[in-house]
Amino acid sequence: MTVTDHDPSVSALDKSALLAIYERMIQIRTFEDAAGKNFADALVPGFVHLYAGEEAVAVGICAHLTDRDYITSTHRGHGHCIAKGVDIPGMVAELMGKSTGVCKGKGGSMHIADVDKGMLGANGIVGGGLPLACGAALTAKTLGTGGVAVCFFGDGASNQGTFHEALNLAAIWKLPVVFVCENNGYAEATPFSYHCATSDIANRAGGYEIPGVVVDGLDLFAVYEAAGEAIARARRGDGPSLLEAKTYRFYGHFQGDTITYRTEDEVSRYRQRDPIQQVKSHALARGLASEEEFAAIDNRVQETLDQAWADAKSAPWPEPEDALQDVYVTY
Amino acid sequence: MATLAPTRQLTYSEAINEALRIAMREDPTVILMGEDIVGGADIDHLINEDAWGGPMGVTKGLVQEFGRNRILDTPITEAGFIGAAVGAAATGLRPVAELMFVDFFGCCMDQIFDQGAKLRYMFGGKASCPLVIRTMIGAGVNAAAQHSGCHYSVFTHMPGIKTVVPSTPADARGLLLSSIRDDDLVMFFENKVLYAMKGEVDDGAEAIPLGKADIKREGSDVTLVAISRMVHQSLAAAKTLANEGIDVEIVDPRTLSPLDEETILDSVAKTKHLVVVDEDNPRCSAATDIAALVADKGFDYLDAPIKTVNAPHTPVPFSPPLEQFYIPSPERIADTVRSLF
Repeated sequence: MTVTDHDPSVSALDKSALLAIYERMIQIRTFEDAAGKNFADALVPGFVHLYAGEEAVAVGICAHLTDRDYITSTHRGHGHCIAKGVDIPGMVAELMGKSTGVCKGKGGSMHIADVDKGMLGANGIVGGGLPLACGAALTAKTLGTGGVAVCFFGDGASNQGTFHEALNLAAIWKLPVVFVCENNGYAEATPFSYHCATSDIANRAGGYEIPGVVVDGLDLFAVYEAAGEAIARARRGDGPSLLEAKTYRFYGHFQGDTITYRTEDEVSRYRQRDPIQQVKSHALARGLASEEEFAAIDNRVQETLDQAWADAKSAPWPEPEDALQDVYVTY
Repeated sequence: MATLAPTRQLTYSEAINEALRIAMREDPTVILMGEDIVGGADIDHLINEDAWGGPMGVTKGLVQEFGRNRILDTPITEAGFIGAAVGAAATGLRPVAELMFVDFFGCCMDQIFDQGAKLRYMFGGKASCPLVIRTMIGAGVNAAAQHSGCHYSVFTHMPGIKTVVPSTPADARGLLLSSIRDDDLVMFFENKVLYAMKGEVDDGAEAIPLGKADIKREGSDVTLVAISRMVHQSLAAAKTLANEGIDVEIVDPRTLSPLDEETILDSVAKTKHLVVVDEDNPRCSAATDIAALVADKGFDYLDAPIKTVNAPHTPVPFSPPLEQFYIPSPERIADTVRSLF
């Protein structure tokens, strides 16, 4: 296991790349803030798990990916969707269960997906996506597409059998896959210190003799650099890696979580290290972009999202009988 | 004048092997995955040779033609490789994964029913899972409780899965071809007791569509809907009953999901009597499902109560006399039929 120690001044990101990354991050934050508010206002049925605080991970990784690459995700999947380019208005409608949703209202927050964008679904099963990512990587390897698969999962999933089975399978078959553990310190309401027998999940890579790297998941540049290396390694055919991003979720496990297991002090400490503000400060300090440019992006993102919610509110519900469609291709 | 296709005698096992070979030749995205389906991976003198060709030799001889890049020996890691097969199916391959014994489904059920079977629905019809999981079922070789179950009822219960239960070599070959060409997740249940059974298979026979039952014996007095090996137990019972003047019709549904309701109901309309013969455990079984179908849609046809013949509601026992008691026998089937008249 190694811990990456990056130097932001040598970051390969130029102005346009940096602003594109910032825009993705702010899209996620804005999306999640609105999702939380609209869930509280009963516009979003079911369960909602928000990604705010973890944006540097999804965006820092997916910045290296194209539509030919696949990702698998978790119950906290909105950020992965946006980072992978899934249509935001379609996501908003999906959260509401409207017929215009990306999954026609059949999936909701926890199963939001767009295979055409290489997004193989948020996943309601902790650890459920790990073997699927091996499969997507097997397809890429067998058909020689040049694609890679990235598997996002949480610290809690690293205790599931599928984690170990997937790492072993990917290692023996040298699959082009990167396993990205988003260690946000809590598996639901249970802290990492209790649920995990190792201090760094990246240590578990050693058991499969693949690279295991810890990065500061609140630092976009650290994630971006480490991901670049792991993804390049996978594309070269050199096999899988495990990347552990130490991150933090600003909200609870789910909306409605009373969060009695974290102190206000802890939350505010992490909020002071807001990954989006870090990117902004970095750019401002180096004169890469101005406050006005950031404000223009913020406004554009907010307007697009407001319009998406307005459209979704007026969009039609699915017809009840639509529940009977899409089980099989033919039956 | 129609010419009859030349026929050959193939075993059930050879028929499955032939279907795999045809499917792999016609479609380069078809791959096989499973535990020791070749065997001897990484052993120098077995580069493109079988050590086993599957625990029962069903996949023997394929690696020589298709190589180990398309026939993947997996570690003993059912959640890992069945899940990988689901992920591969959703992204452009057409995998045929072998779950060695169906009893092992507990190790990988999430990947089958929560991932593979549901992804098309959850994603609003924008994805599919063209995956076949071949798996061994059935009591009769003293393999005891963890290697002898049938359990096709469990999978038939689940939307998003198709369930195929071939009883003859010709059906196994034709149904496996359709299963591999199908765009949905198919569980293909191979009865281990039937692997050595020979039957006629037409050269160049077409695939057999899923959802089409077959009448294995025509008769006028009673309909036996018999599943997998139970077709053969029922044929034996029918022979005995014929000597007693009871003319048995045997309907082999061949697939349980989808189920050919029409052929079953037409047969019952003709014979007025129904017995369902099913080696699976009785509660919430294929037998109770088919009985309920006929009670609902064919009640007026019936001259007697519907009967079911199942294994008892126990795990499969080991000792030969216990196991023989467990498996529905021609005698039990015949006794049940007699009770209707």
